[in-house]
Amino acid sequence: MSVEIVATERLACSYREGTVLEDISFTVEAGDYVGIVGPNGSGKSTLVQALLGLVPISSGSARLFGSRCDSFSQWGRVGYLPQSLHLLNPIFPASVAETVGLGLLSLKKFPRRLTRHDRAIVDELLNDLDIYDIRAKLIGELSGGQQQRVLLARALVNKPELLILDEPTAALDPETRERFYRMIADINRSRGVTVLLVTHDTGVIGQHASKMLYLDKRMLFYGSFDDFCHSAEMSSLFGEYSQHLMCHRH
Amino acid sequence: MNLIEILSYGFIQRALLAGTLIAVLCSVLGVFLVLRRLSLIGDGLAHVTFGSTAIALALKFYSAAALLVSLPVVLLASLGILKLTKRGRLSGDAAIGIVSAVGISAGIMLASVGGGYNVDLLSYLFGNILSISYEEVLIAVALFCVVMLLLGLFFNDLLAVTFNEELARVSGVRTSLISAILVMLTALSVVLAMKLVGIMLISSLLILPAVSALQLARSFRACIALAALLGCCSVVAGIFVSFVTNLPTSATIVLLNLLCFACACGLRRLISINLNKQVT
Repeated sequence: MSVEIVATERLACSYREGTVLEDISFTVEAGDYVGIVGPNGSGKSTLVQALLGLVPISSGSARLFGSRCDSFSQWGRVGYLPQSLHLLNPIFPASVAETVGLGLLSLKKFPRRLTRHDRAIVDELLNDLDIYDIRAKLIGELSGGQQQRVLLARALVNKPELLILDEPTAALDPETRERFYRMIADINRSRGVTVLLVTHDTGVIGQHASKMLYLDKRMLFYGSFDDFCHSAEMSSLFGEYSQHLMCHRH
Repeated sequence: MNLIEILSYGFIQRALLAGTLIAVLCSVLGVFLVLRRLSLIGDGLAHVTFGSTAIALALKFYSAAALLVSLPVVLLASLGILKLTKRGRLSGDAAIGIVSAVGISAGIMLASVGGGYNVDLLSYLFGNILSISYEEVLIAVALFCVVMLLLGLFFNDLLAVTFNEELARVSGVRTSLISAILVMLTALSVVLAMKLVGIMLISSLLILPAVSALQLARSFRACIALAALLGCCSVVAGIFVSFVTNLPTSATIVLLNLLCFACACGLRRLISINLNKQVT
C-alpha cells in the first residue's frame, strides 16, 4: 500500500504583486523522486516554500505526512536544502561540522544541546559524503560544490523521510551538477528517502526522477518522465522539436 | 605607582569586576548581532534609553527608579525594531536609525521642556566606569548571570537563526521567539550597563570585539570565546592605562578595541599570505 508523504488540493499562493500559484493538486508517495520543473517565475520555489510553511497559502490545502503544512511540527522527518549561494554569509564563522550539526536540532527538545553521540553521527555522515577532510574548515571558505555537499549533509543528518531541494545545482559546473544528481538518486534508492527537487534542467532531471511536475503558475503536467516525453499536451506546449531536445539530451 | 597599589583601590576593583562582566556580555551578544546585520542596535537602544531616562527624570524618578520607566520602554523599542524589519519592508539599519533618532529627539525635547539638561541625564551619555558603586556592581553581576544563563539555554537556537532563518524554521526553531529573545537580552544589557559605561562604550563593546574575533576564529564557539576574551582584555587594559595616563577611561577602552581590530585584520592578512605561499 502506498504511503502519502505530500498532498496538495487546489493550492494557491498570492503575493501583493499577484497570484504566483493556483489550482495545484498532486500527491507524492513514499519513495518517489519528483522533479519540479518550469520556467523562471513559474512558482517552483514558492511551491516548496508553501509546503514547508515558509510562505502563506491563500487558498486550498497542503499536507506533509498527513498534517497541514501551516501547523506542521514533525521537522525531524524533513530535510531541506535551499539555493545555497544566496544563503551563505561569507564571513560566517561556523565550521563544516558545526553547520552540519545544526541539522540535528529538529530532533531535539529544549534546551537543544548536541551530545558527543551527535558529533559522532555528524562525523559518520561527513565520511559517507566524502567531506570528512574539510570538517574543520569554515563554510565560507569552501567552493560552491563543497558548500552544496555540506548543506546536503545538514539536510540528511537527521535521517529524513522527505528531502526537499530548491535549485541545488544552480551555481555548479556541469560535471559537479551531474555528480550531485547521481548522489541524490542514490540517496533516494538506497535509503528510501522521498525526494522533491526543484530545477530548471528538465532534460537532466528526467534521467533521475521517477516523476515530473511541470509548473507555470498552474500545474501543466504531473507524471513519469516517459509520459512527459510522449504527452501530446506537452508537444503542443513546447513544440515537438523542443520536447525531443528535452527528452533526449542524454 | 605599581600594579598592586592600583588594585588596592576599591573603585578600581569595582570598575574591573563590573567592566569585565559587561564586556563579556556585550562581546558575546555582539557576535550574534553583527552576523545578523544588527550591529548598531546597541547604539539605537542606547539612544532610546537616553530618551526614556529623560521621561523618568521628568516624572521625578531618579537613579535606580529611572529603570522602572526606561526598561519597559527600551524592551518595547527593541521589539519595535524587529517588527519594522519584518513587516515594514525596512532593512535593519534603517529601522535602528528611525528608533535611534526618535529616542534621542524625545530625550532632548523632554530635557529642554523640563528645564534643561542635568548631570544625571548627561551621565548616561558618557558614563563613568571608575565611579561605579557597590550596588551597581551587584546589578552588573545579576545582569551577567541572567543573560549568560539565557544565552546558554538558547545557544544552538540562536546559532541556527543567525546562520539562516529559513533553515532554522525548517529545523523546528521558533525563529520569531529566538530573534525577540536576542534583541530583548541586548536591550536589557544596554539599559543596565549604560549608566555604568555610557553610550559610546556600550556600542563599541557590542561591535569591536565581535568583528575582531570574526577575523581570526575557526569555529563559531571559538569566535564567541575570542570575542569575550578581547572585550575583557580591552576593558582591563583600558582601566589601567587610563588610570596611569589620566585619560578618559571609556575612550581609552574604545581605542584599545580599535587597536585589537587592526591587529586582528593584520594577523588575518599574514595568515592568508602564508597559506597562499604554501599552496603555490
